[in-house]
Amino acid sequence: MTIVVPTLETPRPTPEPGKRSRRRGLDLPGILIPLIACLYVGVVILLPALSVVVSAFAKGVGPFLENFRSPELLSALRLTLFATAVAVPCNVIFGLAAATAIARREFRGKALLLSVIDLPFSISPVVVGLMLVLLYSPNHGLLGGVVDSLGWRIIFSWPGIVLATIIVTFPFMAREVIPLLEEEGWDQEEAARTLGATDWQVFWKVTLPSVRWAALYGLILTTARALGEFGAVAVVSGNIEGQTQTLPLFVEDAYKNYQTELAFGAAMVLGGVAIVSLLLKILVEQVLEQDKKASRMEQEG
Amino acid sequence: MTPAPLRRWRPPALSLPSWPWRITWTYLGLILFLPLGAMLLKAARVGPVGFWEMATTPEALATYRVSFGLALVASLINGVFGLVVASALVRSRFPGQRLLDALIDLPFALPTAVAGLALTAVYSTNGWLGQPLNEAFGLKVAFAAPGVTVAMVFISLPFVVRTVEPVLRSLEKEQEEASWCLGASPLQTTVRVVLPQLLPAILGGVAQGYSRAVGEYGSVVMISSNVPFKDLITPTLIIQKLEEYDFEAATVIGSVMLIFSLFSLLVINLLQVWGQRYQGNQA
Repeated sequence: MTIVVPTLETPRPTPEPGKRSRRRGLDLPGILIPLIACLYVGVVILLPALSVVVSAFAKGVGPFLENFRSPELLSALRLTLFATAVAVPCNVIFGLAAATAIARREFRGKALLLSVIDLPFSISPVVVGLMLVLLYSPNHGLLGGVVDSLGWRIIFSWPGIVLATIIVTFPFMAREVIPLLEEEGWDQEEAARTLGATDWQVFWKVTLPSVRWAALYGLILTTARALGEFGAVAVVSGNIEGQTQTLPLFVEDAYKNYQTELAFGAAMVLGGVAIVSLLLKILVEQVLEQDKKASRMEQEG
Repeated sequence: MTPAPLRRWRPPALSLPSWPWRITWTYLGLILFLPLGAMLLKAARVGPVGFWEMATTPEALATYRVSFGLALVASLINGVFGLVVASALVRSRFPGQRLLDALIDLPFALPTAVAGLALTAVYSTNGWLGQPLNEAFGLKVAFAAPGVTVAMVFISLPFVVRTVEPVLRSLEKEQEEASWCLGASPLQTTVRVVLPQLLPAILGGVAQGYSRAVGEYGSVVMISSNVPFKDLITPTLIIQKLEEYDFEAATVIGSVMLIFSLFSLLVINLLQVWGQRYQGNQA
């Protein structure tokens, strides 16, 4: 690196702020591209997002809080929280199990299995709901008779809503953890095992800590999506006000019934959760980056 | 259903215990394969002739035209502007860049019902953007086909940006410098040197966004007027068929969408393989 080769570099001086306009064509895109990007994102994303906030607080904080006296809104909120509270832990267990099972082994059909896990991302949520109806609906479902004779209700009831939420959100966790495990390799686990650790100990003390940030990232994505799931839940829930109506369904229903304030109030709650999850995501992303850099340094050094 | 593959997949004795496999396959079986199988079985019972007839009724064909056509428009718009946004994020420095970066992820994080509500409010004829558009051009956005397109644009923008961004970041500056040194204009450099390398990523992002936009329900159903033959999308038609207790038609149209999803998954995977090979050549 000590050899000085100035000749090639000198024709292209480092662009100082004032001197950039020497190349005419270079400067124009330099301003235009960020400008177009900001305008586009502003019109497509920022303005609609702001409009929710403005409409929710249009009459001040008092009327906004008044929305939370609505029993329908509260019961919708409760159902959404409940479905999320059941779906997320199930998917965390599945995600970690699938990641430890799949990530560190090469086998035929691995890519296919990963694609299968990705399926809920590409299937329309409505089709997911339809599948559940065709399976569990009391009169038309494949297992409808079995479910009915057991005295269960799945479609138009909370189990259907929970199932729909689980299906739509299960890939996130596995998707985040698998690449990390693949990258890290498996030496530490083998070392732990040679030292006499049981499988559980290896999982809790070696595997889980090494993927904790990716797992947290997946957890945030899963939770955000579970809270907001609309299409699949819309098909299976029956949308009975106060009983099987989740918060996103409530938003639509209230808006269609011209209860605009209620709709924007509920939307503001969901939007607030989305923004919090976005901030958490950015935080975890930064930690993940640092983690990756640190582990790369360790490997190199 | 599950025990058969379970044995075949069981790992050798040395590696991790088999219970993660058991959980994985049981879970996948119950949560994914069982509902999937139920739908395929129901669709198979209809028979090929009936399937074709129900899948191609004028009503269904009109919704395909809306769903697949407008999603194509939306993802192409995003193909262009997503590239601009990605290059603004990677190649420029300007105030508010971090905010822009965070905003890109908002469509992922925001529940679709909220997105639909927000877009409807902004683009309806008395909304912030809907009113000027209506007065200036007589264009009705919300409760018409343009509104459906706007919702699809909103929902699929992050896919293009987030696929192109890392590839753009990993491009080697030397190639562009070489092209400049050899006398190429910035436009030539962009078109001949940068874009070809980004092409797999752009197409991959567009395909992902397209697949998502075709299946999107929550935001579209709110901004659309849901009038058949005008702006009714296929997922809404499925729900309408279910509400009419026409389970067969719902199953058939749902299967059409499922086949499309599987096909698009295949295309996206192929594009990813292509992109990786491209990057492999570079390294």
